[in-house]
Amino acid sequence: MDKFRMIFQFLQSNQESFMNGICGIMALASAQMYSAFDFNCPCLPHYNLAYGLGILLVPPFILFLLGFVLNNNVSMLAEEWRRPQGQRGKDPAVLRYMFCSMAQRAMIAPAVWVSVTLLDGKCITCAFCTSVPVETLGNASHPGLSQGEMKRVLARIPCKEIYDGQEFIANEVAIRYLCCISQALGWCFVLLMTTLAFLVRSLRPCFTQAAFLKSRYWSHYIDIERKMFDETCAEHARSFAKVCIQQFFEGMSTDLVTAHCHPPRKAPADVGEAAEKLLGITDQGSMNMALKSWHRCKPPLHLHPPTLPSGNGWAGEKQPPMHLPAPRKEMAAYYSRV
Amino acid sequence: MDRFRMIFQYFQSNSESVMNGICGLLALASVKMYTSLDFSCPCLPQYNMAYGLGIMFVPPIALFLCGLILNRQSLVMLEEWRRPQGHRKKDLAVIRYMCSSIMQRAMVAPVIWIVVTLLDGKCLICAFSSAVDPEKFVGFANTSSVQVQQLLAKVPCKDDELMRNNTSRKAVSRYLRCWSQALGWSILLILIIAAFLARWLRPCFNQATLLQARHWSTYIDIEQKIFEETCCEHSRLFAHKCILHFFESMRQEIKLHSFSLPGKGEGAEGGEDLLRGITDQDQVNKLLKMWYYEKPPLDVSQVTQR
Repeated sequence: MDKFRMIFQFLQSNQESFMNGICGIMALASAQMYSAFDFNCPCLPHYNLAYGLGILLVPPFILFLLGFVLNNNVSMLAEEWRRPQGQRGKDPAVLRYMFCSMAQRAMIAPAVWVSVTLLDGKCITCAFCTSVPVETLGNASHPGLSQGEMKRVLARIPCKEIYDGQEFIANEVAIRYLCCISQALGWCFVLLMTTLAFLVRSLRPCFTQAAFLKSRYWSHYIDIERKMFDETCAEHARSFAKVCIQQFFEGMSTDLVTAHCHPPRKAPADVGEAAEKLLGITDQGSMNMALKSWHRCKPPLHLHPPTLPSGNGWAGEKQPPMHLPAPRKEMAAYYSRV
Repeated sequence: MDRFRMIFQYFQSNSESVMNGICGLLALASVKMYTSLDFSCPCLPQYNMAYGLGIMFVPPIALFLCGLILNRQSLVMLEEWRRPQGHRKKDLAVIRYMCSSIMQRAMVAPVIWIVVTLLDGKCLICAFSSAVDPEKFVGFANTSSVQVQQLLAKVPCKDDELMRNNTSRKAVSRYLRCWSQALGWSILLILIIAAFLARWLRPCFNQATLLQARHWSTYIDIEQKIFEETCCEHSRLFAHKCILHFFESMRQEIKLHSFSLPGKGEGAEGGEDLLRGITDQDQVNKLLKMWYYEKPPLDVSQVTQR
């Protein structure tokens, strides 16, 4: 148990590096997804812009939401936000800290997608090929074509096989131009994101360090408290179920005894645990009846004290006096399990 | 106790190697990024220089900032720099030492990017193809200046129709690549000599101050890690006591309100110790509802005083 506690503490204290690892994996996954994606520009005047910008902006939005969905702490944040105040005040700084740290982690995969898309260049080429400056890059001296026709011709730039505007503007020239703009945008975006991340991380110790330490402690506390409460409830449910089932079997055994009208055979004192565990049901018929009764009529969720008098002579009529050592004993029991 | 000592030693020896590992990973990532980048020079007179120099200098800035962000020690250093003095004096030598070690590690990936870019040559060819002297090259010598600018700008694009079989293009390209590689190797040589000298000559100057600064910077790092660990341990114990106290107060409330509850033998079943007096569906539901609607106050002083 000591080893598990050590590992648990190590992970907790190293939560930063653990979460950084997860962010790195999501970034790689996002880049891999982009390279596995088969980009097909429609090469039609109005569809190009929609397709290009859609591929640029919709998957990041989905990845951002996915980042929130996959984060276990979202439900913790929602619980803490919506709980009634009760006897414990709510600290908005803690909520803000939890939300900010989750949002920062969820932003990594979308940022990687947008950067990779821009640096690759296909999206911007597809989206903005109809806006290429033909006057500067090619020769727009052909008066025969209307605006619409020109747009139709330019829209085919990304599709080299069907491009028929070579005399207006060479295909390679247009693609190079658009790729260059796209990569410039991509690197500017990367620089902007890293600068923002750097500022957010480095300005914090300069201004709000004390408040940050407080928020961080209490957000960890809320997480640990929730996990521990779940653990305690699970232990309680286990004990509850154990006692409930034992009482069910005891009840069955008493019923069978009264039904079959033979005296209860008291197991001799030295038979041992196996006989005790049989709980008084020792033949096929009784077992079948017990199973049928369990299915048809589950016992109520209400534990009653055992009917046989226990060792200290209590018949269960009065409440035993509440004595102080009992809670301490329970705490000791809990600790020793850990 | 032994185990804790082992963990502390692990942290102490590991902090350096973790940082070195991150530095190495960033360097590899920078090379990989460069090779997977599809370099497409625009081959237009005004755009070439901007694109070429942009590709050479903007990613290193981003890599440098990444190196600072990913290094945990930069946060530690900033906290130490900005903290109020309190009872502990601030030692500027320690802060300077930490700053210089962080900067050295963060500079590795950008330098590798720049050197790889120069050794590859494409960036410099793209940026400076319009700036070569056309008289030196036969194919460009006798053309008007506007046209020569246009032609020179297209030199980096091998597949352009004008440049496809142009021997002078290859000459310009080779010339610029030669300069680029010479620059790349010189920078690499200078940096390696500088690093070598810095490491070998450092013991000659201020060795005692250096040992002190290094010791105290390691100390500050470890102290912060232990503080975080202790806070985690404390919040775990706090939560534990808070929950036990909550169960206890629920049990007392139930005992107070339901006189029909017969007393149970406290030691009747081993498993009943964990039931804590909650033995009924309604009681469990009430406990869970209370947990949601009225979380207990963050005050375990009466529990610890028992």
